[in-house]
This record gives sequence, C-alpha cells and structure tokens, in this order.
Amino acid sequence: MSATSGEKLLDVRGLTVRFPTSDGVVQAVSDVSYSLSRGETLGVVGESGSGKSVSNLAVMGLLNRQRTAISGEVDFLGRNLLTLPAAELRKIRGKDIAMVFQDPFACLHPMYRVGWQIAEAVLAHADVGKAKAWERAVELLDHVGIPNAKSRARDYPHQFSGGMRQRAMIAMALVHNPAILICDEPTTALDVTVQAQIIELIEEVKREFNIGVVLVTHDLGVIAETANSVMVMYAGRIMEYGPAKQIFEHPQHPYTWGLLDSMPSVERRLAALVPIEGSPPSLLAPPNGCPFHPRCRYRFEPCPVERPPLDAPVPEAHLDACHLSWEEKVKHGAERSITRLGDAA
Amino acid sequence: MVFYIARRLFWTLIVVAAVIAITFLVFYVLPAGDPALRFAGKNPNPTELELIRHRLGLDRAWYVQFAKFIKTFFVGDQYGWPGLGYTFSGQTSVLHLILQRAPRTLLLIAGAAVIWVTSGVSIGVISAVKRRSLVDRGAMGFALFGISAPVFWLGLMGLYIFWRQLGWSGGTGYVSPTHSVTGFLSHMWLPWVALAMLYAAFYARMTRNNLLETLGEDYIRTARAKGLSERRVIFKHGLRASLTPIVTMFGLDIALLVGGAVITESVFNLQGLGYLAINGALTQDLPTVLGVVLLAAVCVALANLAVDIVYAFLDPRVRYA
Repeated sequence: MSATSGEKLLDVRGLTVRFPTSDGVVQAVSDVSYSLSRGETLGVVGESGSGKSVSNLAVMGLLNRQRTAISGEVDFLGRNLLTLPAAELRKIRGKDIAMVFQDPFACLHPMYRVGWQIAEAVLAHADVGKAKAWERAVELLDHVGIPNAKSRARDYPHQFSGGMRQRAMIAMALVHNPAILICDEPTTALDVTVQAQIIELIEEVKREFNIGVVLVTHDLGVIAETANSVMVMYAGRIMEYGPAKQIFEHPQHPYTWGLLDSMPSVERRLAALVPIEGSPPSLLAPPNGCPFHPRCRYRFEPCPVERPPLDAPVPEAHLDACHLSWEEKVKHGAERSITRLGDAA
Repeated sequence: MVFYIARRLFWTLIVVAAVIAITFLVFYVLPAGDPALRFAGKNPNPTELELIRHRLGLDRAWYVQFAKFIKTFFVGDQYGWPGLGYTFSGQTSVLHLILQRAPRTLLLIAGAAVIWVTSGVSIGVISAVKRRSLVDRGAMGFALFGISAPVFWLGLMGLYIFWRQLGWSGGTGYVSPTHSVTGFLSHMWLPWVALAMLYAAFYARMTRNNLLETLGEDYIRTARAKGLSERRVIFKHGLRASLTPIVTMFGLDIALLVGGAVITESVFNLQGLGYLAINGALTQDLPTVLGVVLLAAVCVALANLAVDIVYAFLDPRVRYA
C-alpha cells in the first residue's frame, strides 16, 4: 500500500441519513461533507445525538440499507462506498477501513476467546491457515500492549479489563493495516487513567502505520491534543469545520463557544464553567432556521427563519454555519480562545 | 467442578426423596377409595379385606411403607435393581412394566424432539433474518396456531385426515421397530408431528426473539465491521449466543415429557409411561404410580444438572465452584 502522507483517503460529500420511523422521519445526518487524508486525525465533536456516530456507521456501511435512506457520496480512493454492492463493501470493511467502538464491554463476543475473534478478522480477508491467523492475533495483542499476549489470547473477554478490551479492539482493527481507522468515542466507557493510554495508543498506531484517523468524542481535551482538523456537529449538521489550531484559537460558532465554556481545564475553576442551556432538539422535527438558535445566546432576526450555510465568512477563516457578522465572531471567539490547552491538559 | 456435581447429585437425591414422600402423602391423604376393595372381588368379608390389606402392606403406617419402598429401591428385589416392588393389581414387577413401556415413550419423545428442534430453530432463524417479511408473518402465524392448538385436537384431526381419509398413516397403536421398521414409522410419524407441533412453535418464537435481540448487540456490529459475511455473522455470532437459553429449555422439556406425554400417548393409544401412570392413579395402584413418578423425577433432576453443566461449557462466563 502506498503511504504518502497527505494522500486524500476519504471524501464525504453531502452525506444525509434519514431513518423512517412510525413517528416520522428522523433526520439523523444532514448534508455533511468532510475529507480525511493519510496521517491526519479528524476530530468530530458534538453532544449525544448530534449525528457523529451515525455518519461514521454510514461510511462503514453498517446501517441497514433497507431501513435507512442514505444519500450523498462517500469517496474512498476513487470508489463511492454508498453505491458499492454489499459484497464489495464487505471486502473493504475491516480491511481498508476499520472501526473501534465506544463500549469495549459490549463489542467483543462474550463466548469466544479474544484471540479467536482477532484471528477471525484475519481470516475474513486473508487466505491463510488458522494457526497463522492465531499467530497474527497474538502478535497484534502484544503490539497493542497486552502483557503475556500468548496466553492472554486464550482468555475470554470477561477476563480482560476495560482498557485491555479496548486494546484488543484496536488490535482487531489493525489486522490488515487499514488506511482509515474510525474510533467512535473509544475512551468514553473507560477509566480516566486508561483513557489517556488508549488515545496515546491510537496516536502511536496512526504514526506507525501512517493512516487516517477519525476520532469521534465529546471530550474536547482529547481533540485538542491529537486532532489535526476538527468538525463540530449539532443536530446532524456541521456547525464548524476547520484546522484544529484555528478552531481552538479562533472559534467562530456560538455552539463551539458553548462547548469550550462548558469544558473544565486545569486553569478554569468549576464555578467558571458555563453549561449550554436547554437540550439538543428532536431530530424528528428539528427547528427551522439554524438548528442551534433556540439555545443560542447570540440569536437575532434571521436565525429562526433562515438556515445559515456552511461557509467561510472571510477568506482566511475556516467554515462555520452562523449568521453573526465576522466582527462579532472575532470578538466573541477571542474571549474563548484556548491557545494553551495543549500544555494545560 | 467435581465437587459441584457431587453436591448437585446429593441435592438431586433429596429432591427425588421429597417427590416420593409427597406422592405417598397424596395417596394417603386424598384416598379415592380403598385399593383393597378393588381386588377383593364382590361382597368381600372383613377378614378377606384385612388379609388383602396385609398382603399389600396397606395395614402399615404410610411412613413405614415409605421406608420399605426406599429400602427395596436400594437393596433391589427379585427382579433386580432398582427394586420397585409389585403392582397391586397383577402382582407383576413394576420395574418390568416400566422397562416394557419406557421405549414407547422414549421413542415418541426422541422423534418429536428431533422434529421440533430442527423445524423450530430453522423457522425461528428464517423469521428473524427475514424479519417483517411475508415469510416471517407466515411463520409466526403458524407458531401461534401451534401454541394454541391442543395436542388432542391436533392428534384427532391428524388421525382423521392422514389415517381415515388419506391412508398415509398406520393409525393408532404401537408397533415395535424390532418387529417392523416400516410399521413403526407409519404408526409413529403422526404422534411425533402432533407432539412436536406445540414445541416447534414455541422454539421458533424463542429462537426468533433471541436471535433478533442478539443481532442488536454491539458485538454483532463488531462482527460486521470485521467484514464477515452475513451468513457467518448470523450463524457463528448470532446463533451461538441465542441458542444457549434454548439448550437449557430443551433439557427440561425432554425430561418433563418422560412422564408428561400422556395426552399424545392416549390419543394415539401408544400405552407408554404416561398411560401407565394414569392407569395406576385411576386404579389406586400406588407402586405403579410411584415407579413412574420416581423415573420422571429422576429424569427432571438429572436433566437439570446436565443442563447446568452443559451451560458452563456453552457460556464461558458461567463457572461453578
């Protein structure tokens, strides 16, 4: 596999996901566009139900095609994954694009040995013997930092700790040296002390294999440390999207400001945390205009009426979807600017 | 594990003893008449009755008879071990009777079990995979029918259609397979199907619901994310987790039928263990009833133990100490 850094791996354009239900159509993801290059970590942030996970499942082809309406384009090295026949997509899944999920307690089959489950991933895309596949499983477990990998491979998932299970999931994802690793909240279910280790492992893997990583999380601290670019999602839409440095130094969207204000850090006392009032809208009937307007402190006349397009307010800025004037974005953004976050965290 | 099994076997003994004691109590507390009267002929005089009671051991207190029964069981009688005594009615060996009747019931259960497991599980899998399709609705409609239709009605309808009208069945009664294999099959297929129907329906629904639940688990998504074929996802990952509770149920269902296939046995006049028990109860033949009850209780208790042991092998999270 060619491994030029910067090679564009994934190009998502206008991805829209709708779930028809008996109560109406859930507008899970609306018109989402982004790209991912080799060596890049794309951080995706947003509250629960903002469409972060669903958009990734759509890219992986893990949504039931019969019960979901998916439109747009997902270009992976020149092939549109959304129109690819299921059998072709299956050959890419787990081989070129691999995924690590949120809850390692639920993501491993409770009745099969950990090594067996990884060996199975080997056999899914490679014509090798079982013994060879098992060897590879042990080798990978060792690689992701499982001590005594040879004997631990024979353990069942319940004999592993949470962190070890997530390591095993990462080992499973790495089986075929994928081009893209999608990590859907990989640390949410883990102890704080283990979280940093897992993030570190993902970063190591990214550097070592020179792959593209999509890191979905609601932990801005993790994003600030690792991501090259950041996509802020709300109610199934992109609110702000740009290079990580810019997002943290010059945040342009009131929702991002809210996220930053509500994030604890070393120099900020708990009392200074400002929550975002209200709760995310129902995706069955998202608000007209800007989806964030009912909770936005800066809303004015056009917000409830017209949905702001995702574009750059001035050429040197990054993309946002907000009606505020550039001057105001600069002014309010500067109050939240977090330049030292990397050092603080 | 060995200690666990030993402990369970000990409790099995206690349970079986309790079942026997309760059977004794029921027999003495709720008498449907004096057994001695039944064997004394017409207009018996009190001396004769007293003699019969003495010969049957009915003049002793129930616990003495109970102790005697337990003793005979362990020591054995002239017909070998385990000693189950003689029937009141014919003074024949209960053990002999049971050994004679047991194959009928066991073959009935075995045939039906094969049918209900294979059809029930496969219907359940198809239903779950083709969820909400016409196939699924058809299968679940069938399941509802199977659960609601009583065995005696199914049996009688089956006999009417396949024996009287179509002549596809050998009809009622039992033909030993050692005597004629074709005769055995032509007499047995209808009772097999009739008995299997209820269980097949039940297993189909269980399999479907378990599989649907399992297919919603996160580890199934992991399996798909690995790029496994849908077939492998369903059979290797989905079914493995869904079938464990069904294995449990299967063990108990089989054991319960040992003494509980009475209706099927009577509709098809197979005269197996259920028939023996019912007949024994109706004629106040305590030793016969005790023999069948004892066998059924042992089967249920052992099946329970077997299921627990098998479960530990099927689900690595379960370990007994």
